[in-house]
Formats: sequence, C-alpha cells, structure tokens
Amino acid sequence: MTEAFTTRIDGGDVAVLTFDLPGRSMNVLDEAGIKSLSAEVEAALANDAVKGIVITSGKPDMGGGVDLNMLAEIRLKAEAAGGNPAEALFGFVMALHGVYRRIETGGKPVAVATPGTALGGVFELLLAGHRRFAADNPKAKLGLPEVMVGVFPGAGGTTRLVRMLGLLGAAPLLLEGKLLDPKKAKANMVIDEIVPADELVRKAVDWARAATPADAVKPWDAKGFKFPGGAPYTPQGMPNFLGGAAMTHGKTAGVMPQVNAMLSAIYEGAMVPMDAALRIEARWFTHVLMDPRSSAMIRSLFINKQAIEKGANRPTGVPDMKTKKLGVLGAGMMGAGVAYVSANAGIEVVLIDRDQAAADKGKATIAGLLEESVSKKRMTKEAAEAVLARVTATPDYAALKGCDFVIEAVFEDPKIKAEATQKAEAHLAPDAIFATNTSTLPISGLAKASRDAKNFIGVHFFSPVHKMNLVEIIKGEKTGDAAVAKALDYVRQIRKTPIVVNDARFFYANRCIIPYLNEGIRMVAEGVEPALIDNAAKNAGMPVGPLQLTDETSLELGLKIATATKAAMGAAYPASPADDVLEELAGKRGRLGRKSKSGFYVYDEAGKRQGIWPELRQLWPPKADQPAAQEVTNRLLLIQALEAVRALEEGVLTDIREGDVGAIMGWGFAPWSGGPFSWLDLMGAKKAVALCDELTAKFGERFTAPKILRDLAAKGESFYGRFAPQEKAAA
Amino acid sequence: MAEAYIYDSVRTPRGKGKSDGSLHEVTSLHAAATTLKALRDRNGLDTSLVEDVILGCVAPVGEQGADVARTAAIYADYHDRAPGLHINRFCASGIEAVNLAANQIKAGDGELYVAGGVEMMSRVPMGSDGFALAVDPISAYKAYFAPQGVAADLIATKYGFSREDCDALAVESHKRAAQAWAEGRFAKSVIPVKDVNGVTILDRDETIRPGTTLEILGGLKPSFKEQGEVMPGFDAVLQLKYPEIERINHVHHAGNSSGVVDGAAAILVGSKEIGEKLGLKPRARIRSSVKVGSDPSIMLTGPVPATEKILARAGMSISDIDLFEVNEAFAAVVLRFLQAFQVDPAKVNVNGGAMAMGHPLGATGAMIIGTALDELERSGKGTALCTLCVASGMGAATIIERL
Repeated sequence: MTEAFTTRIDGGDVAVLTFDLPGRSMNVLDEAGIKSLSAEVEAALANDAVKGIVITSGKPDMGGGVDLNMLAEIRLKAEAAGGNPAEALFGFVMALHGVYRRIETGGKPVAVATPGTALGGVFELLLAGHRRFAADNPKAKLGLPEVMVGVFPGAGGTTRLVRMLGLLGAAPLLLEGKLLDPKKAKANMVIDEIVPADELVRKAVDWARAATPADAVKPWDAKGFKFPGGAPYTPQGMPNFLGGAAMTHGKTAGVMPQVNAMLSAIYEGAMVPMDAALRIEARWFTHVLMDPRSSAMIRSLFINKQAIEKGANRPTGVPDMKTKKLGVLGAGMMGAGVAYVSANAGIEVVLIDRDQAAADKGKATIAGLLEESVSKKRMTKEAAEAVLARVTATPDYAALKGCDFVIEAVFEDPKIKAEATQKAEAHLAPDAIFATNTSTLPISGLAKASRDAKNFIGVHFFSPVHKMNLVEIIKGEKTGDAAVAKALDYVRQIRKTPIVVNDARFFYANRCIIPYLNEGIRMVAEGVEPALIDNAAKNAGMPVGPLQLTDETSLELGLKIATATKAAMGAAYPASPADDVLEELAGKRGRLGRKSKSGFYVYDEAGKRQGIWPELRQLWPPKADQPAAQEVTNRLLLIQALEAVRALEEGVLTDIREGDVGAIMGWGFAPWSGGPFSWLDLMGAKKAVALCDELTAKFGERFTAPKILRDLAAKGESFYGRFAPQEKAAA
Repeated sequence: MAEAYIYDSVRTPRGKGKSDGSLHEVTSLHAAATTLKALRDRNGLDTSLVEDVILGCVAPVGEQGADVARTAAIYADYHDRAPGLHINRFCASGIEAVNLAANQIKAGDGELYVAGGVEMMSRVPMGSDGFALAVDPISAYKAYFAPQGVAADLIATKYGFSREDCDALAVESHKRAAQAWAEGRFAKSVIPVKDVNGVTILDRDETIRPGTTLEILGGLKPSFKEQGEVMPGFDAVLQLKYPEIERINHVHHAGNSSGVVDGAAAILVGSKEIGEKLGLKPRARIRSSVKVGSDPSIMLTGPVPATEKILARAGMSISDIDLFEVNEAFAAVVLRFLQAFQVDPAKVNVNGGAMAMGHPLGATGAMIIGTALDELERSGKGTALCTLCVASGMGAATIIERL
C-alpha cells in the first residue's frame, strides 16, 4: 500500500514531504498517516544532506483533520481489552505530540505549504512548522473548527496558538472555531506568506534552503520567552484570563465540556514550559474524549450531520437530480430568502409574484442581502452581481418553462397554494418536481391540487432562510422517490442540512417547538417568575428562552395555531392555561410579540428588547414559593424530547439521527446534549421514565412516558443502541 | 475554660489609598509597627511574654509578604521570643487574628497575644497576590465568580435595595464618622503615624466627607455596570446561579462602597491571670467568635449566617446585643443585615464605617472591634457584635462584653 507521506529531495538539500492519502479526495490524518509522517520526518532529519524540510499536499487541499473515528476506536479497543481507555487515548495523543514536536525541535527548518484548506489536526501540523505558506486560494479555509463539533484542538493547536497570539488573539479561532481564508489568516498572523499557487512549493523550498538555525527555533523554545498578552498571574494577563473564564461561562452557560476543558488546558499550560503544556493539553483532550456529552456532540454535529448531508437517507437507485433551474413562487420574505440561497449556490432562479412590483421587491431583498455581504467583505462586488443576475423577477408564470424544480412559498392558505400549484404546473415538464414550503399545512392535502402527487413534496425552510441551516423535507402519502431525491440534492446544493419526515401535524420541528413555547407560557400562568422561565432554558443550553422565542415568532401565530389545533382536534384538545395567556396578551391587548414591539417583553422604538413587561407580573403574580431552576429546565427540555420520541413512535421521524441533528440545527436544542434522543440516552431511559412519572404526577398527562421509552427502560437499552444499527462507531 | 480579655486596642488613622494619600510614603512595616509599639509602650509591655503576634493581611506579597507579622515585630523592636504569624481570611483577617488569639488563650495555649492587621492598599494593590478562584476556569465556574461589586449589586437587586437606599446609608456613614471625630470618640485608639524624626504624617482619617449629600452621591456613575453588563459580562454568570433575577440593578459606586485606604491596627488580648500579673485592667471579654462559609457567587451575604451562628453559640438573641459593627464593604451588605434582623439602624455602625473612613482589608476586622469597644465605654452599654462579609463567600463575627 502506498504511504500517506512520500519524500523527494529537491536540489539535493531540501526534503519535500507530500501528504497524499491514497484513495481519498481529502487528506485525513489516521493512525497509519501519522506513522508515515513520523517515518518521513525522521528520515529527513537523519539525512545529513538535507538542510531543510517542506511539508505539503499532493491534493488541492492540505487536509480535513484527524480522523475522529480513529480516536473512538482507540477508546473502544482499550475498553474491549479491559484496559484503561483514558490511558490509551493519552498515550496516543502524546505520541502525536511527539511527532509534531520532532518537526518543531528537530533542528532543521520546516516550512509547511498548504495549497488549500487545512483544518483541525492538519492545521495543527501547520502550526508545528517554522514557517507557514498558503497558496493564494480564496476558497481555502484555515482553522480549528473542533469546538463546533464537541472537542477542542488536541494536536498541540491549543497550546501553540495561545503562545503565538496570546489568549485574546487566539480566542476567536479556538473558542469560536472561526475559519479564515489565507488573507485573513495572514492578517491574524497564523500564516506567514501567501504565494501564487504554482509557486507554492518553490517558495517554501527556497525558504527552507536559505533558513538559518535560528529560524528552526520557535519563540517558546528560545530563552526568555514571554507569554504574549501576559501569563495568568501577571498584571497584564490576569484580567484577560479572569475575564475570559467569566465571558465563556456566561456565554455558554458552562454546559460545553469541550470549551471548559480547552480553557483549563490554556490556563494551566500558560504557566509551564512547552512540553509540560502539551502534556496538560493531552490530559484535557483525553478528558473530553471520555465525556459522553462530547461523544454525543461528535456523533450528531460531525458524523451524523455529515452522513445526512451526504444523503444517508436518499432513496437508492435514483440518479443525480441536481437542480438546474429553480422556480420560486412568492417573493415575500421566505420566497426571496429561498431564491437568494439558491442563486448563491449557482442555480438559475425564476422568482414569481402577483405583479412586477411584488416580484421586484423580492429581488430587491436579495440585492440587499448581497450588498451586506459585499460591505462585510464576505463577497466581491463582481460575485454579488453574478448572483443577482441569476435571478429573474417576473409575474409571468410562463417564465417557469424549463424549471426542473419549483418551490412554492406563497401565503399559508390552501386555496392560494392550490391556485399557484396549478398555474405553475401548466408550464412545467411532466417530470419536474413541485415543492410547497409550509410550516403547518398537511402535504397530502396540498398535493391534491397537483397534477401528479408523486412529484409533489413539502419543504419547510426556517426563517430567516439565509441564516437557518435546517430544511425539513416532508413526504406526502403519495410522494415518490424522485421527489425526495430532488429535494435532498437541492438542499445539498444550497449547503444546508436536510431531514426527511412523514406528513403529520406540525411535521417534526414545530411539533417539538410548540410544546416548548407552550410549557413556558403555561408557567407564566402558574405564577413562575418570568425571568426564571427564560433563564432556566438558557442555562440548560437553549439559545433562546420560550417567552422570548414566542415574542420572536409572534404571540398571534401562537394563538392562531392553538385555535386551529382546537378546531381540528375538537373535544380531544387538551385545554391549556397557555392558551389563556396568549388570548389575554395577543387577543385582548394586542401584544403580538416583536412585530408589534410588545409581547412578553417590552421593546424600544428601534425594536430592541428592554425587559419583561412589568404588568405581566400583575396579571399572573409570581408565587412566593418559586420552583427550583432544575425543575423548570427539566420541564422545558423533557417536553421537547418526549415530542421527538412520539414523532419516532408515530413514524413521522424514521431516523433518530435526523431527529437529533434536526433539533440542534433547526431550533438549537441544547447542542451539548447531541439532540433530544442523545439527551435521553445521556440521562438513561430508566431515569428519564422516572422523571416523566414525577412530572406527570405534578403537571399532567403531557409528560407521560411514551411506550418506546418505557420499553427501553425496562430492557436497559438506549435509543442509539436500538435505533441506529447502520451507524458507524460513535467518536 | 479560660476567658480571653481585651486589654487595649489601637489603630492608625486611615489614609487615602492612592499615590496622593498621606500614608502612601509609609512602608507597611512602619504602619504595622506604629500600632505594635503603641500597644507595648502604652502598657509597659515586656514583649518577651507575647506568645504570638498575629496579623491579618490580604495582599501578602512584596513588603507585606513573607510573614509580615514576624517582620513587623522585629521592625518594632519586639523581643526575639515574640514570634509572628500572618493570616488571611480576606476582609475578616483582622477579626480572625483577634479570634485566633482569644481562642488559643481560652484553650490554654498561651496567655498574651498581639492581634491585628495591616493593609497598605496604595502600596500593595488588591489582587497583587493573584486570585486563582477567579482566574482558574474550574474554580471560577464552580464559584460562579463575579467581582465583589457586581455581587453587591446582586444583593441589592435580590433583596430590593434601591440606589437611593444605598446612597442614604452612605451619607449617614459620613455624617456619623464626622460627628465621632468632632466629639473625639476615636481619641483613645487612633495613634498618629509619625516619620523617622517624630514629625506627624497623619493623625486623622482622611476620606471622610462631612458635607456629602444624596444629591452629590446621586451624580456618581455606577462602578460595576460595565463589567457586569458588557465586558466581560459578569451579570450573565451570576444569573446562571440566580436565574430568577431578570436584570441586575447596578447601584454601587465609589460613594456607597468602602474606601480603598492604608492603615493598621493591633489589639492586646490576654488571659485574666496575665492581666493581674502585669497589672493591666481588662476592658472587655471576648465572649464568642465564629466563621462561616456561604455562597461564593453572591459572596457577601456572610454577616447574616455568621450572626445567626454566633448568637446561637453564645446562647443570645439579637435583642441582647446593644451595638453592632457591620463592616460597610458595600451599602447593600449593611442593608441586608438590617433587613434580616430588623435591628434599629441607630444601633449599627454608630460612629460611621468603611464607606466614610475606608476599609484597609487586613486590618479592618481589628479596627471595628476597637471602635465597638470605645463606643461601649463611651455610651456605657454592655455588648457589641462585630461582623464582616468576606470574599469567596465567607463571614466572621465576634461578640465582646464591656467589663
């Protein structure tokens, strides 16, 4: 088998090591790759003719990072062998540190030259080198996204970056996982030189050849090294470390184990020499890998998210169905948003509304979003113009001719939707796929207006479309495989995350969100202090509390949904005090939420949220005996998770991976938990059932444990143990 | 068990704790030695009999480091046989020094102690000794750490004290301190700090503003709003622990918080027998002492549980106490004490407190015992309770009885 790294000697004195993992389009560092790197580095160091070393890639990119599955396997292997998995992981990480440290301290100047993207463990390889070159490739992404998927940079990146940039300088890259293009990377001093792509290796070789022995010594390995920005117990550094801990605590509610571990690795490492600091980093990294919350995050946010985006649930045997020309019906906020993200992904878009002015207004919305990107330097003016040129705004349905995919985003009214469907289909080829964007209307009902229900499907975008990354794809009773594949391929084109669900009231996301909002509103009626309701949610890692979220989505909508649900369910509808609160605020007092600048909260003229509406506490006085925050949290999380379980039980959801990924991407369900199913697994089914029983006794039937959950508890099983058979080993 | 008595109590005046403060030029050793010498000289003390010199100091680094008590004893020409012990329980260090001396005497471990504290805050700033509780992310998270001022603002918010309530207490503190000075109520205890030639450097507390009013204080900007709400955002940390708080009301500022000052204090504590042997007259009995731990996040609520604990331990009720010294670290701390025990404000800090005269951290505990003792003697009252809130969530208290 070919090795991951190969060496050629350039001009007799510079060893060029090329990373080119056989059979993969993107380099990933696995166990064999690390061994190969080590062998080539040692050979180059031992070769007296070699004055300097260059490490580069044989692929368009440098690499995507360290194989997280490999780390999980090390743990599982050690467990299976009856060993101490923490010791095995620590040993492995220390060995990797050893290889990078040899690069750093081997005595020969090492340049690392990346032609494109370098992420995670591969970016950390860059940091180990003495000089970093990047090709002038504006699409390249450089950085350490680990924190976003439940871990932190554990191949020396944490320790090296704070030693290069100080705590404040490194924080956006480490704590937020911010990725940089080469230009920004150079401005942030993590890349030394940007060179034309075709001169990349040449320039690196030239540098390695001309480098002096001093160039081969990192600042932290030289005498008199001072921690940039000050170590923790210096007058300069103390406020930064103290403030950094507080800010992170406040922003994350302290629930992200990988963030906490990284902070400790930085703090403890900042007070000792490099080798001790790397040991400390390895201990904390191991600690995170051993944390079940971290494993749940890696599983949902990395492994399963990628699997779903790559089409894990795409119907097999359907050929590629990428959208070439998209029709969007309705140029309102939703329609314009869909048109924008599509044109941005290179798709031709026909944007239709009832008259030219309405259609133009939608296009103007797109132009506004593009202008914002240009002014924030995320896009060039030329690129923005090209995107806008892909959008044709017109009231003429005939312009839909040639569209292979249509997304209808007109008002949430079955009659209007039916009319739009029929008007559009008159101009479409028979095999064109028609999607309706709706958050509440049953797809099978809407499909009746279509000439071919097989080619009719539901999509549920979240607002604002350009910011929200989840798209729910809803299969009607008669929706065919081609329609599902079409929708999935389209979502992949616009680089969002799809989940595929079956047609039932509120589909999946809203089915879980609505009870969350109602539980919070119900507490207001019970006399729970309103601040406690929203803060307890945020403390549990929800991005927005239920009262604030109700203000955002509008109390009026809440009231409408309650009324419609009541009408649909009749006598079976469980009366809720939440409805009375909505009726009082939205119905009687016109407090509709943010859009009316009045809701549970008070807003100023500019629409900035000021504080809880003081009269709320007069209408529903907070009782003297307030519940413990933990109880409030339990109610708010469990009510969502139980709805997710019921969606699985009823077949709305067919894959718990989608349930978890969708919940985090869609409405920010406590990301630290890995999603509602992972949250229940972390708690354990037995404890979850006990909690259900406790809350049912105290608050009512809505907390009744679903049959599946009771069954898992009785058998000592977990959701992932039973329902994720095809899943690879979790990292 | 033996009894422990207070034979004498002295303190320096408190100098403004900045580079333009009168005591800024004075070394910590010189300030501490001023009080040690005064105790010796006023009482004709044979310092070879001193079992230990215990001094509280909160920033024990630099000139205050390396056992400042032993160093100050040598500096003050105490006998070689009088050792020295530095202790630190933050703001309660001075009261703990006295309690530690008293409790060792009660246990039969020695007969005569010098106990007090020193803090030259203009010379060795707060935080000079590091503060891992807040800097190590693990302890910072566990404590839900926020600085004291922000925590004091949380106390005001949680227990319903307005900016006006806090300012009114501060105005009263200045008024009372000014009156006390005008009437010479501190004359017995304040030892002027003199230079090497015997020329006086400072003989009065330097930060009292007799003319301050609600209007003047009302113009001051809140000191902890920015760090609470914006950078780095300590309010959010406190709300994790106190999620029922919608928004922290930032009421404290330089005028209703304790002043940063320089100063030192020392108290002569001994057994009954040593007093008789040396011909000293005991002034008060140290009846009881306690320390407590409390929530480190809201941090400064310790005086309430400390008072409850010491009353229970002494078998007393709140109405048995004639006089209270509750350290004015922040206005809300005292307001919370008044609210919890519903005591007459006329009995609390009758000669003003740290909002007017300042809070030299390591020395204050000993200073308020001295202030209480002087006031008991002046007013002819019997019992005083002294208590302080303490950083990292602690509290301490002492009850003394006039003899």
